[in-house]
Amino acid sequence: MTTTIIQFPGSNRDADMISALTKICDSAPQLVWHTETEIPSTDLIVIPGGFSYGDYLRSGAIAARSPVMDAIRNRADQGVPVMGVCNGFQILTEAGLLPGAMMRNSGLKFVCREVKLQVANANTLFSTAYFENQVIRCPIAHHDGNFFAEANTLKRIEAEGQVVFRYAENTNPNGSINDIAGIINKQGNVLGMMPHPENLIEDFHGGKDGRGIFESVIGAVRIIAA
Amino acid sequence: MIRARITVTLKNGVLDPQGKAIEGSLSALGFENVDSVRQGKVFDVELKNTSKSDAEQSLKAMCDQLLANTVIEDFSVTIIQAIDQ
Repeated sequence: MTTTIIQFPGSNRDADMISALTKICDSAPQLVWHTETEIPSTDLIVIPGGFSYGDYLRSGAIAARSPVMDAIRNRADQGVPVMGVCNGFQILTEAGLLPGAMMRNSGLKFVCREVKLQVANANTLFSTAYFENQVIRCPIAHHDGNFFAEANTLKRIEAEGQVVFRYAENTNPNGSINDIAGIINKQGNVLGMMPHPENLIEDFHGGKDGRGIFESVIGAVRIIAA
Repeated sequence: MIRARITVTLKNGVLDPQGKAIEGSLSALGFENVDSVRQGKVFDVELKNTSKSDAEQSLKAMCDQLLANTVIEDFSVTIIQAIDQ
């Protein structure tokens, strides 16, 4: 199992992701700087959280146009699982790898706390370790997590089962449309989510609810390899 | 040289929490006639070695590819000044 973390100037949750992937996969991820035009062979690409390019212009906008994105797009087209967390989700929508866009939180505040997520689709590459409608705990830390998609796009992603995680009923922390916390692309291999599963993977964190996302995708890769 | 101004605004129907906060603040300052505020962005761009029509085309492409997120934003391009060199 080879995993890869993409680093941008302003990434700051990359160390958390390195720690999580190292613990869960028993091997350290390879690190790829945003100026690279190729990504070495890998079973999983993760775009971590942070404030790439200082959130200039729009969150994730500049990172989404950096050289490494074409390489990510190529790998995604080949079927390699790609996961963007927080700023990584923002980057994936800005790059057009995921539908919709991120807006400022409706309450205007940076929200840093634990939330409850409902697993809206337990039948994706990243969610088979959970059961449908399971409610899990997960930390969030963001200012621009208010997911928006215009009506037709929203209808399509709902109908196709592309909503993977929702904020549990009456707990929406950011005004996100349809309580959406995480979505997957139509092909089913690119996931974006605002919450940080890498921060809830061991007892030391106070729980392991986030582990299932990594275990789902790693399990899928191992089945393909076997 | 061409000097242009690009204005990027949120599409109608897209909620603007920052505009709402500014609206509230203006009301608090006593501007009772404020009905609504929408926040946007302005980019002043200078282009060299280009004709006016090429500049317009190029500026629109810049908006589509980077300056605006057309999922949530509209843009307009205005040529402010065209100086022959």
